[in-house]
Amino acid sequence: MTTPMVICEHLTKRFDLSDPWLVRKLTGMPKRELVAVDAVSFEIPRGKTYALVGESGSGKSTIARMVVGLMRPDAGGVTIDGHNLNTSQDAVSLQAVRQTLQMVFQSPYSSLNPRWRVNDILLEPIRAFDLISDEQGQNRRVRELLDQVGLSASDAAKYPHEFSGGQRQRISIARGLASNPAFMVCDEPTSALDVSVQAQVLNLLKELQRELGLTYLFISHDMAVVRVMAHHIGVLKHGRLIEANAAETLFRSPQDTYTKTLIDATPKVMV
Amino acid sequence: MAPLLEITDLNVVFQTRRKALKAIDNLSVTMEPGEILGFVGESGAGKSVTGAAIMGLIDPPGYIASGEIKLKGRPVADYGTNLRGKEVGMIFQDPLTSLNPLRTVGDQLAETIQHNLDLSLTEARNKAVAGLREVGIDPDRFNSYPHEFSGGMRQRVVIALALAAEPDLIIADEPTTALDVSIQAQVLDLLRAVCQKRSASVILITHDMGVISQTTDRVAVLYAGRMMEIGTTSDVIKQPRHPYTKGLIASTPVLDHVSVDSTLPQIPGAMPSLDALPPGCRFHPRCGDCKPQCRTTTPIFENDIACHLFTGASA
Repeated sequence: MTTPMVICEHLTKRFDLSDPWLVRKLTGMPKRELVAVDAVSFEIPRGKTYALVGESGSGKSTIARMVVGLMRPDAGGVTIDGHNLNTSQDAVSLQAVRQTLQMVFQSPYSSLNPRWRVNDILLEPIRAFDLISDEQGQNRRVRELLDQVGLSASDAAKYPHEFSGGQRQRISIARGLASNPAFMVCDEPTSALDVSVQAQVLNLLKELQRELGLTYLFISHDMAVVRVMAHHIGVLKHGRLIEANAAETLFRSPQDTYTKTLIDATPKVMV
Repeated sequence: MAPLLEITDLNVVFQTRRKALKAIDNLSVTMEPGEILGFVGESGAGKSVTGAAIMGLIDPPGYIASGEIKLKGRPVADYGTNLRGKEVGMIFQDPLTSLNPLRTVGDQLAETIQHNLDLSLTEARNKAVAGLREVGIDPDRFNSYPHEFSGGMRQRVVIALALAAEPDLIIADEPTTALDVSIQAQVLDLLRAVCQKRSASVILITHDMGVISQTTDRVAVLYAGRMMEIGTTSDVIKQPRHPYTKGLIASTPVLDHVSVDSTLPQIPGAMPSLDALPPGCRFHPRCGDCKPQCRTTTPIFENDIACHLFTGASA
């Protein structure tokens, strides 16, 4: 059996909500802490999608930020492709891990630099990791990336504002693909999109997974979207993983009442 | 009984430097009192512009080129300043931007009531407390600020505000798009219940067929400024006729999706820009059932549908 792509062990993040030090000393108030993520552990097998579901404030995005290394966990650790993100001090191997790991953000409006052409947006990861140095090769790679996400080569010269929300999200995905990652974190990639455009973007993500063997951590608050995307599901509430199972099993027989509530709240297209 | 709202041959045009763009093209629709009517379509379909036209909120470079909007038998323009608030209430997508962050929710509600209903401050405050209770907010929160509420609670406050001046019609423009799915159902149920109690009608604008089927009595499907299909929600969802309606319904993810290995049905392509509309039927480049005449002639809206697959069949 192969090792999982991603292993998260006892991930914990606390946020300090205390008043300033002087106020605390004068009023005698204790420190206040919010445990945003409380000892969450899960594994993602290679080439599969693991979905984290939960309402606003359940800690989904905090976990995503810790998994990609944008935030340090207070306890626990993340291992990606055999490299521990938190204990590894070796800059060279960390760089290698970062290359295999990319993120697609929720809002395609705020995650693309409005002053950069699509060409530059897609080339940034290629330049940062020093993947292709000759200009011809770079151009070829940009065309290939645009083609992979269903955009045309002429779009490379345009700015983000010339695209619709769905097309922008395709650019985000293309940027994610640019460094040939094996693992992508998608933080609510379709919640800012129309339902019909959402279907296109979800299908694109599935197609890329099939073609490139990508592993996804998929974050969403919509059970119906998760049903379409995920092989494994973890349900989060107040920073705790309250139920985790294979998608089929979880939908067939949800164990926790909260999971049932989430499933019941999902709108159904029927009368 | 006279219809509550009558829109006849409405055309809304936005003048750009190069040409005039028709955001709404010959839209006609009537609404009965107490009805919940849904406008559904993708971004750019003209759903919000229709709402804005009813409210008299079309600003230059946009203008109403022709057509009539009548509320309770009188043109909306006749209502003057009473139109917004007293006759028609509005609920916007993002509750955080439609509330004043510097004033308590109770204050905002009481002010609206006092201004529109001509009551004393004490009476208005009492009514505001009742209004908060009606939308399920503890009156103890009267002196709380908008930032102290969650998104769902804020949208409840906005619903109370829209109902404050006792309007006959509420326009809810994507009221739950900014909310979690689990909160969405609560807010929609509340909107439905409160409006039923007050016998107010609702125009619900959304891009989500799930929301439509959960909430509305009747639904109008818009595409690139045109009405494509209209009917009772149960008919349209059970037996959608227009290929666009079918596509919208099919692309909505549902829980009984077969397996993760299958793809979701999708409508290919995107809505055309208003300055590059295709000839013939506007939907034909994305339509799977396209016939030769769809590419050349625009289908007429008759028998509640604008599609060549149905014209002639029943006429």
